[in-house]
Amino acid sequence: MNKFKLTRRGVLRGMMAGGACTVGLPLLDCLLDGNGLAYADGSPIPPRLVTWFWGLGIGEGAWIPKTSGKDYELPRQFKMLQPLKHKFNLFSGGQVFLEGGSNTTHFTGVQGLMTGKVSSAASDYTRSLDTIIGDHISGSTRFRSIEIACDGNPTACWSARETGRQPAEVSPVALYARLFGAEFKDPNAAEFTPDPAIVMRRSVLSAVSEQRLRIMKSVPADDKARLDSYFTSLRALEQRLEIQMKKPEPLEACTVPSAPQGDEAEPSTLAVDAMARHELFGELVAHALACGQTRVVNMCITQGMSGLRREGDPTSHHTYTHEEPIDPQLGYQVNCAWFQDLYLNALLQFATKLDSIKEGDQTLLDRIVLFAYTDHGAPRLHSVLDYPVLIFGNGGGRFKTGLHIAGRGDPVTRVGFTLQQAMGVPAGDWGSGANRVTAPYLEAMV
Amino acid sequence: MKFILMRAAITCLCLSWAWCLSVVTAMAAPDAQASTTWIKLTTKQYQQSIRDIFGSSIVVTGRFEPDHRDQGLLAVGASRAGVSDAGLEMYDGLARNISGQIVSERNRTTLIPCSPKKTNVSDDACAKRVIADAGRLLFRRALTKDEVQLQVDIARNVTKATGDFYDGLAAALSNLLISPDFLFRFQRLEADRSHPGKYRLDGYSKAANLSFFLWNSTPDDQLLAAAERGELHTAAGLQRQVDRLLSSPNLETGVRAFFLDMLGFDKFETLSKDANFFPRFTVKVKEEAQEQTLRTIVDHLLVRQGDYRELLTTPQTFLTASLAALYGLPLADLTDNGQPDRWYPYRYADDDPRVGLLAQASFVALHSPSGRTSPTDRGKALREVLLCQTVPPPPANVEFQSLEDISNPKFKTTRDRLTAHRSDAVCAGCHRITDPIGLALENFDSSGGFRTTENGAAIDTSGDIRGKKFDKPRELYTVLSTEPSLTSCVAKRAYGFGTGRMPPEKDEHWAAILERFKSSNYNMVALLEAIATSDLFYSPPEKLLQAAASKE
Repeated sequence: MNKFKLTRRGVLRGMMAGGACTVGLPLLDCLLDGNGLAYADGSPIPPRLVTWFWGLGIGEGAWIPKTSGKDYELPRQFKMLQPLKHKFNLFSGGQVFLEGGSNTTHFTGVQGLMTGKVSSAASDYTRSLDTIIGDHISGSTRFRSIEIACDGNPTACWSARETGRQPAEVSPVALYARLFGAEFKDPNAAEFTPDPAIVMRRSVLSAVSEQRLRIMKSVPADDKARLDSYFTSLRALEQRLEIQMKKPEPLEACTVPSAPQGDEAEPSTLAVDAMARHELFGELVAHALACGQTRVVNMCITQGMSGLRREGDPTSHHTYTHEEPIDPQLGYQVNCAWFQDLYLNALLQFATKLDSIKEGDQTLLDRIVLFAYTDHGAPRLHSVLDYPVLIFGNGGGRFKTGLHIAGRGDPVTRVGFTLQQAMGVPAGDWGSGANRVTAPYLEAMV
Repeated sequence: MKFILMRAAITCLCLSWAWCLSVVTAMAAPDAQASTTWIKLTTKQYQQSIRDIFGSSIVVTGRFEPDHRDQGLLAVGASRAGVSDAGLEMYDGLARNISGQIVSERNRTTLIPCSPKKTNVSDDACAKRVIADAGRLLFRRALTKDEVQLQVDIARNVTKATGDFYDGLAAALSNLLISPDFLFRFQRLEADRSHPGKYRLDGYSKAANLSFFLWNSTPDDQLLAAAERGELHTAAGLQRQVDRLLSSPNLETGVRAFFLDMLGFDKFETLSKDANFFPRFTVKVKEEAQEQTLRTIVDHLLVRQGDYRELLTTPQTFLTASLAALYGLPLADLTDNGQPDRWYPYRYADDDPRVGLLAQASFVALHSPSGRTSPTDRGKALREVLLCQTVPPPPANVEFQSLEDISNPKFKTTRDRLTAHRSDAVCAGCHRITDPIGLALENFDSSGGFRTTENGAAIDTSGDIRGKKFDKPRELYTVLSTEPSLTSCVAKRAYGFGTGRMPPEKDEHWAAILERFKSSNYNMVALLEAIATSDLFYSPPEKLLQAAASKE
């Protein structure tokens, strides 16, 4: 007979007795319900979303698998993702309809994909897919979302609200300080003492938020959204302080990573620098998700017009897309393919990292949704046709995986709408004009 | 809007000029029913306001949410900008850091104009004085009694909790710094007494617009006082203040900020060059390249009161040893070891291709990819930045049928490759607009260094713009300086910088501004004065008037 009886309370007591330092343990089955979709107390495991952007499409030539459904063969461009093929869906054939407007390259297409509408005005924003979902799922986490750019450009990310794009963190050191610095409360720490300074800050901030009614009363209608963004963000800050005043729920998968060293986040156009930052960011993101600091993360390797280069090569990825001829034997742009492979390899490493963190009978990758997208279809043409989109993870039982889903000319917004539906966003349609969709890809949903 | 003002003279004890004020406390809150809109402070305006209010001992450290560019200007983007979660988090961090510095032991004796009776208990009178003084400058208007009292209460409560008067004061100051009344420039309407039934911007809004236009900073005490006396609603009173602001050394700050915005220098933050190819383009040179251009502009437009058009041809500039090395110019550097680079005035020969702004690294390096040049990028930038023209985006799904092989020995120079590319009729239209200008600047490599050959072949810098031919960069500058859109563009941008919106081009007031600029031989100070004294500059945004009309 087993000498020890493992209970949730016993596990927690044991951890606390072990001291304040965090330990990396899986989210044990005994802490979950029978099928692993909810905690033992019945509360559901919250869905989490990571968007992951790479620039300049996936390459010329046939990349769309010949068959759809489960038993499809990954094309050359995605072959490296084979080890995780059973954990993602590949969506092909989606397009963005320009509705008679011009294609402002690196903007219009991704605007359509992420917001469901197209406009050539660079200042015309609406909520993007991640913020729509984030507003639905972010709940009581410290951060409504975290944005990250690996190329040193804080405006590189495509997460947007009505008032513009969200600024991205460009330094792993700075991101570490935000996530795991002095204000971080370890959910598995034995002791919890509310910081009086936090209590005070929360109280003091309320004096600012109370001005909302006075100010909003006199603002013209089209300015209300902008001013409201201030007060909404202020409320988010207040909520963060409120969360820090309470003892967090224990999260067994949570461990605190070591602080990254020395990255001053100078802008760099070297691909090797961006990849090194991506690795550091990826580590922090995995821990942030496991530690319940946020439920939405937006990562981008570069801005759409990728200026990344190989060391010693003056030509950037973007320039190559325009200037490099297609290799007559291989049928694609060789240098461009080098960058695409680099990006997809980074995606693979990141997904593998998430897959190495256990949460109950599944992994962190299984329990989240990792939505990987790009700004163009064929890079040489900067086209808005045939967008490749990948969705990793099953979102804690919300998605089927391992499928190729062929869009065959559908608005690519159908992928985003499917994601919204799976994540529980109560919406019957998404997008405007020809990019409006009402039907998700049911074959991808549980 | 009705203000009943009560003034009380306060003896000034502090050393920071901006704090040497009289306290003006309004009895009533700004009329909540009056229509307002707002412009978010840009990063530079935030930084300059803090410097001018609290002095240079306060260092603004920390990140800001990136400003958004619209119609060529961050200042216009600011009139459409909101605040993201991350942005507010940054403002919060900045506010706490700045208020902490103000009350620090090092600064409190010079920046706080009073001392508490005891430091471990609250002192409402001292707190009130500090809050009212600082608040008036931060909010660009007098605080209401209720607003002052709210912050005094905060200071008292925090002092009670921590046992330190300065903690309480820091909390109240921090609250002022994160308030929308500081972060946003509110544009408030009031009934125009001299034109019954009409509306105008109130005095405080006019003062802020004027101050941010000419100084890129918050209004000083004299300007606020003039607003409170109603002087900005009279032609003579307004002219007095405009003259004062134009003759102040702070005008240089404003002019620098304007050109920094117009020339898109914020893009330097993400500019990087390959050190293998351009070892002289260091982080320091990146800073100095911007400073070189700003010094050239200030010297030409403010010190010499020169013709704006001559900025493209002026042989006069300023160099450091590092910049001289980048440009390949001889410069005897007298800087001691370990000292910052010294700036030296430098004059090119009149026919040198490196004269004027366009040859400076702040243009040719900023508008080049990291490893090589792009005449298309440079041509597009010049047309959009300096001529206010719009270069259309490439058509959707354009087929680059004539892609050239960059390793093909037939195409040694960028001109060769672009010529091949232009053989595609679909591409040719736009490239004809951008490339001739950019190709004429091919003597400057991606970092701004001078060259005459590319891959062993001589660089051909000839071209033409609308039939006006040129053979070398110097001739391009001359052709461009006769373009009418060069001067109308800077005027439009200046107006947009001050108001957050572009001018109505068919308006008679706008025509008058352009005429004054022209008749002054395109003197920049004359342009600024023409805008700052024009009724157009203070006309309320249309949406405000509509909102007010809908309430009637």
